[in-house]
Amino acid sequence: MSAHQPTAAERFLQGIIPENPIYRQLLGLCPTLAVTNGMRAAMTMAGATAFVLICASVLTSLIRGLLKPHLRILVFTLTIAAFVTIADRFLAAYMYAMSKQLGPYIPLIIVNCIIISRCEVCSSKQGVFTAAADAGGVSLGFALALASIATVREILGAGTWFGLRVMPAVWPDWVVMVLPPGAFLTLGLLLGGANWIRAAREKRRGASRAA
Amino acid sequence: MDWIGSLVLIAVGAMLINNFVLYYFVGICPFIGVSRRVDMAFGMGLAVTFVISIAALLSWAFTYFLLRPNAPLAVAVWEAVSPGSAANVDLSILSYIIYIFVIASSVQFVEMYVRKFFPALYKSFGIFLPLITTNCAILFACLEILKRVAGAKPAEVWGLHQALTLALFGGLGFTLAIVLMAGIREELDFADVPVHLRGAGITFIVAGILALAFMGFTGVDRSLAAVLLR
Repeated sequence: MSAHQPTAAERFLQGIIPENPIYRQLLGLCPTLAVTNGMRAAMTMAGATAFVLICASVLTSLIRGLLKPHLRILVFTLTIAAFVTIADRFLAAYMYAMSKQLGPYIPLIIVNCIIISRCEVCSSKQGVFTAAADAGGVSLGFALALASIATVREILGAGTWFGLRVMPAVWPDWVVMVLPPGAFLTLGLLLGGANWIRAAREKRRGASRAA
Repeated sequence: MDWIGSLVLIAVGAMLINNFVLYYFVGICPFIGVSRRVDMAFGMGLAVTFVISIAALLSWAFTYFLLRPNAPLAVAVWEAVSPGSAANVDLSILSYIIYIFVIASSVQFVEMYVRKFFPALYKSFGIFLPLITTNCAILFACLEILKRVAGAKPAEVWGLHQALTLALFGGLGFTLAIVLMAGIREELDFADVPVHLRGAGITFIVAGILALAFMGFTGVDRSLAAVLLR
């Protein structure tokens, strides 16, 4: 337990890179793998998750005085389920093709561990503003992680980015990258890359401190 | 024959062709987290299979009698409150909330029941049970059942036997995948993995290769259907 309580701005920044939900905490992996075969799908997913995460955080923060310890997880999940229903109906009404493509993964936001972990760790203990900032940072980190994976998969697998052709016409599309195995391979290699960058930075920091 | 044949198709589809973990990516968290040793992985797989079947039973009943458009119970309530208003009852907007409630409470009850009557079993897989509440594989099975019950044409609405087959064999497919993974990871302990890929990185790459292998089952359903549903 440290005496220093991070401020809202610090929590926001923490969520983006240092505590990135995908690369650092390995949370919320189902949507990360399932919807990253194209940038459009990935960004819709990130938007829907951000909406649910921010709304649920604000609401749990508002009712944090009423929560009973043994019922809190149930309350969190029911809150999240309500917001997911809103997001799902919204997508079905205004982005029908996308909602068909994402299929069961929109309702599966309910069991996305990122949201429950933020409710449990932060918003059920902090004020509304702090909770919203924390949720915003984590959503941004999640969106960045989805974008990184989707970029690799869409460019290698379909030769496009956001549906626009970026690879030369002779590029043989690596179809396997947009199929399920490509998701696992890409995430595995990107995780390795992230660890490598972090280790290199820490080594450099250690060297400069020693000098 | 057709009756059994369609069930065999659902079973093979759920277990091998569209494996929950390797095709739909649901249940990744335990797949990565609890796949370090074969016996733990097997326990987790069985616990998931057990809970998924119970959740499928309950969610099928809720969907069939209450949530789908013109469901009998909902129509009866509507008629009782104001006669003639039951023309287009559709409670499916409530389905997500009800499913999550069903899953959370059935996990609680299963945990209590197992702890009271099967203490030895509780010792071996009881610790996994609370974790399963937030396992997406369970909710995913419920959503598949919702799609087949509420979204289907009247003649193609799934019965309980089809829903249970999907859940049971989906759970067994999860068990198969996680046990295979654990077997590979036990061997990986002796391999010289690049230092930054150790842990989650190499696990995902191995899972990718497993998924490639499972892609070999694509199309099996079509030839099976040709044999079974003549």
